[in-house]
Amino acid sequence: MIRGLIAKKIGMSHIFNSEGQIIAITALECGPCFVTQVKSADKDGYDAVQVGFSETKRLNAAQKGHLAGKEVGSLKYLREFTVDDLSSVKVGQKLGADVFQAGDFVNVVGTSKGKGFQGGVKRYHFKGGPKTHGQSDRNRGPGAVGATTDPGRVLKGTRMAGHMGHRRVSERNLRVMRVDPAKNVVFVEGAVPGARGGIILIEKSAKIAKAVKSTAKG
Amino acid sequence: MEIESLIDLEPKTNIPEISPGDTVKVSFKIKERDRERIQVFQGVVTGVSNGKIRSNFTVRRVTYGIGVERTFFINSPLLEKVEIARRGSVRRARLYYLRGLSGKATRIKEKRDLAKSTTETTAAVEDAPVAVAESEQET
Repeated sequence: MIRGLIAKKIGMSHIFNSEGQIIAITALECGPCFVTQVKSADKDGYDAVQVGFSETKRLNAAQKGHLAGKEVGSLKYLREFTVDDLSSVKVGQKLGADVFQAGDFVNVVGTSKGKGFQGGVKRYHFKGGPKTHGQSDRNRGPGAVGATTDPGRVLKGTRMAGHMGHRRVSERNLRVMRVDPAKNVVFVEGAVPGARGGIILIEKSAKIAKAVKSTAKG
Repeated sequence: MEIESLIDLEPKTNIPEISPGDTVKVSFKIKERDRERIQVFQGVVTGVSNGKIRSNFTVRRVTYGIGVERTFFINSPLLEKVEIARRGSVRRARLYYLRGLSGKATRIKEKRDLAKSTTETTAAVEDAPVAVAESEQET
């Protein structure tokens, strides 16, 4: 079975668990996705499955050519995922939310909401300056950014104000709470990076799933 | 796709329509280790928020001179039942003004149901259980 899909973030809400606790969830519309290419170790050097998602009218000739004759429609987003068994997938196959099941742990990747140009306090959680004791204009300043004559410059990578957000963000080991195969929707616990309608990659997390399961609450 | 239409709800048939100003008795399950018991919280509804699984209402009561407000989610599996002890007549959706008041000032006028008083014949039958609920509250 394929290990991941391309999805669209629908939004957040909550559900109640059997204990009556409120669990925050994010709904992800997982498809329908289509297998657009199967890559094998013999031919491409590695095993992978290319998956496409979201119908569009605006494709360029190269994209159209890639999808031509595959009976998958005009797909806007193409991404590769690993697969447990290469023989279980074929080009043109339709994939949906039933790739995942409740109780699985998944990693999700999205593009976080853009925050624009932000100061150090918001961007890196700097403390800012003191409000009192004679300070007048240092409330949200970054403080010192370097040393003195030696080294005589500001070190590279020093955290300062700048553009925040709108970058690729991964969130690991989110629990799948519920799957609705009819509507192609997967509900994962907690928050997922990005705005509603954003494109999300959702992939089964291999590493931690077992360990977390044994200590899982509720 | 709208998120809240995706979460299917089991309809709660035992929850009456709750509006601000009502005095309600809320039976809520409390879990203490393995034991489960039901606690009744009685007070005035100070606000109702509707929205599928988000639907909730806030109940205020004053115990031992301390004001306590609790929010109950209508779809919570822990919410056993809600009884309306008294229908209150208020002109606001959120009764935050009660927080600044105490004693007699917090009284709320009982709602006079106009529909009922005009059709006396049917109202007489329906009024009976309401009267019982009132007397319970006064004791």
